[in-house]
Amino acid sequence: MIRILKDLSKRILNSLFGRKEDIKLGFYGPPNAGKTSLANVICKDWTGEDIGKVSDVPHETRHVQVKEKVEIDYKGKKLTFKIADTPGIATKVDYEDFLKYKMNKGTAKKRAKEATQGIIESIKWLDDMDAIIVVLDASQNPYSQVNITVVGNIVARKKPVLIVGNKIDLRKANLKKIEAAFPDYEVVGISARKKKNMDDFYEALFRLAKKI
Amino acid sequence: MSNKRGVTRTRGLSLHVLPFSEIQHLSITDRIKKILKLILGNKVVILQGRLRVEEEIRLVEDTMAMIDHVKQFKGIELAVIEPNLKEANILDKMKHGLANKLSGGANALTIIGPATIVKEIKKDPKKLEIYLG
Repeated sequence: MIRILKDLSKRILNSLFGRKEDIKLGFYGPPNAGKTSLANVICKDWTGEDIGKVSDVPHETRHVQVKEKVEIDYKGKKLTFKIADTPGIATKVDYEDFLKYKMNKGTAKKRAKEATQGIIESIKWLDDMDAIIVVLDASQNPYSQVNITVVGNIVARKKPVLIVGNKIDLRKANLKKIEAAFPDYEVVGISARKKKNMDDFYEALFRLAKKI
Repeated sequence: MSNKRGVTRTRGLSLHVLPFSEIQHLSITDRIKKILKLILGNKVVILQGRLRVEEEIRLVEDTMAMIDHVKQFKGIELAVIEPNLKEANILDKMKHGLANKLSGGANALTIIGPATIVKEIKKDPKKLEIYLG
């Protein structure tokens, strides 16, 4: 109830006096979908710096990484964001999965512990975000319950959401499947690695910002 | 366990059907506690109905906290099956909506299993496949 009133008063103030604060934009999704890759493209484009390290090993991001004052000046429109790249949300974390990546047992166990804590941290940050980008791997099945739970929670918190299907450069990618799984939300297909379709992404991002 | 022919066998599987009425009057904390207690007992829980979205995310949070504290526990696999109402008529949709409000999604089924037993649940709009370890 308090949260709803807080959000409502913020919206009224924003509409009366214009937005004073930076837009807090959260990147959410399952591990290895490309959240950091996409956040890096944006941060590099507009600040010249990356937000975090990317890797093929799942749970590379184990703490929320923040980049302040990311001013995007796109086609004459300007918005300033505070970008939060969050650890991937999963329902299981098994240190043995990391052993496949030539990690020793101690390092793998430490990584697993940090990953579980990172997931809890991600969820805690949801309330602080103004808008959320859910990044999904377009080459994977989108119907996983974690994806549905994450999107459901964002909607229940009345936060605007944009779904990004990443990795559309892969042969197995199927953006239509994501669109079918989430028919009520805008879905944009991109490849963060190849910087493909970023124009469509920025257009969608500005549309998302209008919904705050 | 795989034999020489490559056929996978599971050493017994314990399913626990949990009627929604058993958790209906519990707080979020107690609902999640009850489900996780069954999961820690190596049971695959079939809940008649579904948890609310805030309960699902709480289940994920508590599962993560538990992985850190319970040896051998690696998390859960979770899936919800619900009837597809996209092509249903307005009356059916209203009936379904009312039933959902009264009984936590009586037409839905939630499957929650320990990740050590349920390796993967593949969900598609029309089918659900459960892979056991």
